[in-house]
Amino acid sequence: MKNTQDFKNNKVFTWKIGGAAGGGQQVAGLIFTKACVHGGLFTFDSSEYPSRIRGGLVAYRVSISEKPVLAIYKDTQLLIALNREAFDYCLPDMTPDGVILYDRGKFEIKPEELKGKKAYPLPLEKLAQDAGIKPLAANIIITGAAAALLDYDLEILKEAIKDTFAAKGQEAAEMNLQAADFGYQYAKTNLLPDEFPYNLKVLKKNNDSIIATANDAICLGAVASGCKFMAAYPMTPASSILHNLAAWAEKSGLVVKHAEDEIAGIQMAIGAGFAGVRAMTATSGGGFALMVEGLSLAGMTEVPLVIVEAQRPGPATGLPTWTEQGDLSFVAHAGHGEFNRVVLAPGDPPEAFALTARAFNLAEKWQIPVFILVDKYIAEGHQSMPEPDLKDIKIDRGEVLTDEQLAKIKDFKRYLVTKSGVSPRSIPGQPGGAYLANSDEHDEFGYSIEGFTPEIRNAMVEKRAAKLKGILADLPGPELFGPKTAEITLIGWGSVKGPVLEALKALDGVNYLHVPAPWPLSKEIMEKSLKGVKKLVCIENNQVGQFANILSELCGIAVDERLTKYNGAQFFPEEVVELVNKLK
Amino acid sequence: MATEKDFITKITPTWCVGCGNFGIWTALRQALAELGLEPHQAVMVFDIGCNGNGANWHGTYGFHGLHGRPLPIACGVKMANHELKVIAVSGDGGGYGEGGNHFIHTCRGNQDITYIIYNNHRYSLTTGQASPTSEHGAKTKSTPAGLIEYPFNGPQVALTCGATFVAQGSADEVVHLKELLKKAVSHPGFSLIDILQPCVIYNDKDIRQQYKQKVYKLEEAGYQPNDKMAAYQKAGETEKLPIGVLYEEIRPTYENQLPQLAKAPLVKQPVAVGDISEFLREFK
Repeated sequence: MKNTQDFKNNKVFTWKIGGAAGGGQQVAGLIFTKACVHGGLFTFDSSEYPSRIRGGLVAYRVSISEKPVLAIYKDTQLLIALNREAFDYCLPDMTPDGVILYDRGKFEIKPEELKGKKAYPLPLEKLAQDAGIKPLAANIIITGAAAALLDYDLEILKEAIKDTFAAKGQEAAEMNLQAADFGYQYAKTNLLPDEFPYNLKVLKKNNDSIIATANDAICLGAVASGCKFMAAYPMTPASSILHNLAAWAEKSGLVVKHAEDEIAGIQMAIGAGFAGVRAMTATSGGGFALMVEGLSLAGMTEVPLVIVEAQRPGPATGLPTWTEQGDLSFVAHAGHGEFNRVVLAPGDPPEAFALTARAFNLAEKWQIPVFILVDKYIAEGHQSMPEPDLKDIKIDRGEVLTDEQLAKIKDFKRYLVTKSGVSPRSIPGQPGGAYLANSDEHDEFGYSIEGFTPEIRNAMVEKRAAKLKGILADLPGPELFGPKTAEITLIGWGSVKGPVLEALKALDGVNYLHVPAPWPLSKEIMEKSLKGVKKLVCIENNQVGQFANILSELCGIAVDERLTKYNGAQFFPEEVVELVNKLK
Repeated sequence: MATEKDFITKITPTWCVGCGNFGIWTALRQALAELGLEPHQAVMVFDIGCNGNGANWHGTYGFHGLHGRPLPIACGVKMANHELKVIAVSGDGGGYGEGGNHFIHTCRGNQDITYIIYNNHRYSLTTGQASPTSEHGAKTKSTPAGLIEYPFNGPQVALTCGATFVAQGSADEVVHLKELLKKAVSHPGFSLIDILQPCVIYNDKDIRQQYKQKVYKLEEAGYQPNDKMAAYQKAGETEKLPIGVLYEEIRPTYENQLPQLAKAPLVKQPVAVGDISEFLREFK
């Protein structure tokens, strides 16, 4: 699978810009992507960057198609290399007919390096000087040049530029528009657009779609679901959740607290949840490691809590700006003692929105911690998607007592033993509802139990455990993509969904079972979903096949093969096709 | 109107006979009742330790959390419902050791929370190890050769980090402590009360007499709690031990500076499907 020609009915065009950090290539790339979406095209993008603010290599890659595209393709048709490092790094992904624009002000390319590919110079600094544009806007020249080469509508591009810079004032917008114009004219005259092997056509004017990352979708989902409180400590790749929600706080009404550490982040969210508001925190694996005692506390005190864990490769600091699905086992098993938690693992931004709404309901209904588990690839990669539909959101706060109900109760038992395991709760401030939320094992009132009192301990353990039955019935079930019967059934969770769904377009006799809630699992539901499967293959962005282990642990189901990847990058559709074909 | 008895639960205290905590408990109950509070209007957040065991017999809404973490829980409660009186309780170990970072940053934030430190200079519930406030050279189970570190001074740290109300009290001066607690709870902003609390098991046998001899009341000494440098010096006294308000200033509280809370506490705002149209524009 070497080039996009094999995806006959789903032509995908991929281009990549690479250069030093601080060069603005992500901004330029995103503007061009927006322009594509405004023209009715579909996009999926991804950024690669080092853990530093200036220098290094930052690359932005976007796959564009006339049909929905759910992953980044490896095969790259257009490369804009702003320095030598970017050229060397990105060249191997270029298709044989791929075209390279390179910043000749920064480096030279020897003809033999190109192996037949076409390369055109785009000396940004000099061009900016010639055009009288500040170096800051040189990156926007790229977008104009790309539009010219791809024969794309310049006006739509300029609209996207105006939108992007509107907030920065008239002068900034004008300068960037000028840069795009200049890049466009320069390419038309100097870069032989007629010989360029690809073009992008506007399908229809489209102002209904958005381009959002899974983190963005989680933020939108949180606001839409009535979340009122968020506390967190910055950590890549979760930080954009804190940034978005903080920026929106005044308008959305959420209180967003940048806490002194992750320990405080989760504790504040628990405090707010106890006090009766929908509350969340967000972090990555290392930050969650600090939150683990808090997770256990939420389990014991039965305080509803939503935790976003945006994974990056570990252990320890790991690869801070790369991707991995390495924390599923961790979040599923974290915390001392035994208690229920749910892990929701959206595969893409639209699913992240829907599952966020679901997470708040599950947390309040079952009075448990609920994870939204994403990873760098989708946490920071944008996908074009329709505006989320608020009609799909239903708010279910679970059993919260009214003042009238409390008035009728003589001695309120916050931890009343019930069949479902859920005890109706009061909210601090309600008369007659005072109780102790207690991290010590406690009786039905919340008071610590003293001495050896096995009947109370057993009743409380069993009460909390009893929730599992209801939780399992309340979780989103596995979703099958592709043909009903297949020679090979792939099974996965989270962000492998996109690359696998793209790969299915080029695979025969293969289907995919996406598991949106990889913890806990219902044996009955999994067995039903996998009935008649001939060869079960897990596909995971980690080394051991963590979900496959959970499937075995909770359901006694063994996979036949494990496709895993753990080098810091996500799967590419081409790669999935190749790996699956090898299994045939 | 609630009386101090309404702040008692049906649980019998398990503190040791003669524990200094009883004095603090009495003073606090009386203070809350005299301030006209009803039990459901206050949330008390407790640490782990002897102080934290008291969670079971304090009759407000309570949260008995994890060691060192009462402050961030209290901050979360206060941001969710700033109409509640929020009181966090910790010891010298949890407050200044395990929870030291939270202490520093809550002082900075000036959340409207009262923080009561039951300071007995030992980890008593875990059988008397040295704590952050133990004296240099203290020989304990964890420091048999004598403690190398010098003591942590909570009030001085609080002053340095921007706390707007800093006081020292004595568990055995119940009436004085009650008045101090009333001031602290009424203070708009973060208030620290570090309380000399005699531990009858792990302190010197004559600890009560020692405190009795050393303690003096700041208001009787003509002290004015409005000078940070003077407060810093007072908080550092060891020969004699001042009790009373060391420092007070008025600065906007954390909650006061959140426009989201201007109309109503978060918890009183409806939980409904939120309007996201404005935010969606950013992604077009």
